[in-house]
Amino acid sequence: MSNLWKNYRFLALRRFVQIGLLFLYFSANAYGFKILTGTLSSSNLFQAIPLSDPFALLQMFSAGAILSMDVLIGGFIILVFYMSIGGRAFCSWVCPINMVTDTANWLRRKLYLDKIEKKVWLSKNVRYWVFGLALVLSFLSGVAAFEMVSPIAMLHRGIVFGMGMGFAAVLCLFLFDLFAVKNGWCGHLCPLGAFYSLVSKQNVLVVKHNQPNCTLCMKCKDVCPEKQVLAIVGKRSGDVVFGECTKCGRCIEVCEDDALSFGVRDYINKNG
Amino acid sequence: MSNLSKKATISDRRRFISLMAQSIGLSALGGMIWTGYIQEAKSAPLILRPPGAKNELDFLRMCIKCGQCALACPYDTLNIAKPGDNMPVGTPYFIPREIPCYMCTDIPCVPVCPTGALDESSVSKVEDGRTVLEIKKAKMGLAVVDEESCIAFWGIQCDACYRACPLLDEAITLEYKRNTRTGKHAYLVPKVISDVCTGCGLCERACVTKKAAIFVLPREVSQGDLGDHYIKGWDKADEKRLKNVSTEVTTQTTRSEKTPQDYLNDDGGLFNNE
Repeated sequence: MSNLWKNYRFLALRRFVQIGLLFLYFSANAYGFKILTGTLSSSNLFQAIPLSDPFALLQMFSAGAILSMDVLIGGFIILVFYMSIGGRAFCSWVCPINMVTDTANWLRRKLYLDKIEKKVWLSKNVRYWVFGLALVLSFLSGVAAFEMVSPIAMLHRGIVFGMGMGFAAVLCLFLFDLFAVKNGWCGHLCPLGAFYSLVSKQNVLVVKHNQPNCTLCMKCKDVCPEKQVLAIVGKRSGDVVFGECTKCGRCIEVCEDDALSFGVRDYINKNG
Repeated sequence: MSNLSKKATISDRRRFISLMAQSIGLSALGGMIWTGYIQEAKSAPLILRPPGAKNELDFLRMCIKCGQCALACPYDTLNIAKPGDNMPVGTPYFIPREIPCYMCTDIPCVPVCPTGALDESSVSKVEDGRTVLEIKKAKMGLAVVDEESCIAFWGIQCDACYRACPLLDEAITLEYKRNTRTGKHAYLVPKVISDVCTGCGLCERACVTKKAAIFVLPREVSQGDLGDHYIKGWDKADEKRLKNVSTEVTTQTTRSEKTPQDYLNDDGGLFNNE
């Protein structure tokens, strides 16, 4: 049992946070608990603290909207939190789509789909183009472009206010991740993930590698959704410095040699 | 450059240029499909928005799709558009025949809007030096009567919409007319006063016909626009409307060269009658 906890502690915590947040949002609509109202785009904590999606605000700004103080403060709070502390933790600790794509990923491993796929035909950098495109199209069309099509928002709103045909969008994404590209959405296309990757290059919380303990089993790279960030594994001790790391902690859980751990970024001695 | 790698048959610079060209090309392709979808979604014209909503284009620009207006509504009037509703997803709307807007005097849906897409100032007035909310200023839409299917226009007495209206005898009045068919009865027909009607939809909800004969449409759909060419010469207030109008003739045709008398007596060869 203690082994089970040790092997899945971050996964369990992440699901608790993800589902807990969803429940708070859901209960605000269903039962009137006013703890966290709204959606991930913009919400209100305890009816006092505004929280807003900074990427949505960036698109709205690009679309020519005059933003009010409320959302600007809300966006600032979220941006500062992820920039300084959380890094890209939104993706694996908050985003509801993460549960969908993690399921697809798990099924991929069970069905040996990873083994039969010869080559990933989609670049991991496509998301940065999608990110730029979202801003350009917001400017051209006068609405926040990604917010009009975002499967993240569709799923989240669906859970809070009712899915409608939103389940079809989520199913498409699931099938894409399962059969087309491993981590296709979160790791290749999602502009929100790209946004958080870009802003979280200097955050405090990082995965640390202790190279002498490493036995090169490569379980961490098997399980990592962004394996390029683990380039230092087996080579040298130090911090995983990439903004693309989602701080999901799966690598730490699967490591049987205590070679990986969460820690505070070493800002002074960058080479560990 | 190329001797760094045996396989490379093109220079790094060419590779970079080709990659950029491909990326920009694919972005343009994706962007056009994406924009096509957005424009299609934006063009749904028959959406009734919450009170205080800015005009549709500005509303779409500013709505962050948080749904807090719908949460605040005590009557569950406001819905959040889902995929498949054929409206921009995530934005609030209401269907009066199902649940109309009950015009709460404290308008709970408006102050919770974090972006100002629902504009508090458009539904406020100054009273005793204080700014207070005033739901009567809301312009969610405008009720329109279909005279063919309204039974009051047949001469049957029905004043369901008139009585349901929260601005009784202000937004809908009853017009009395002689019924020449019977010769001894009167028509009591509803008339919507367009600058008073808020578009709440209580009349549409109350209408007794199978499909409502009085219904709310967005103002952009239900109203015309006079422009500057016509004016009530007997109304001083209306005359002011044209105070700053430019007198320049903007459309120049061969006709406009002639005097009015000339072109009224001559069809300009339009019908080719010798």
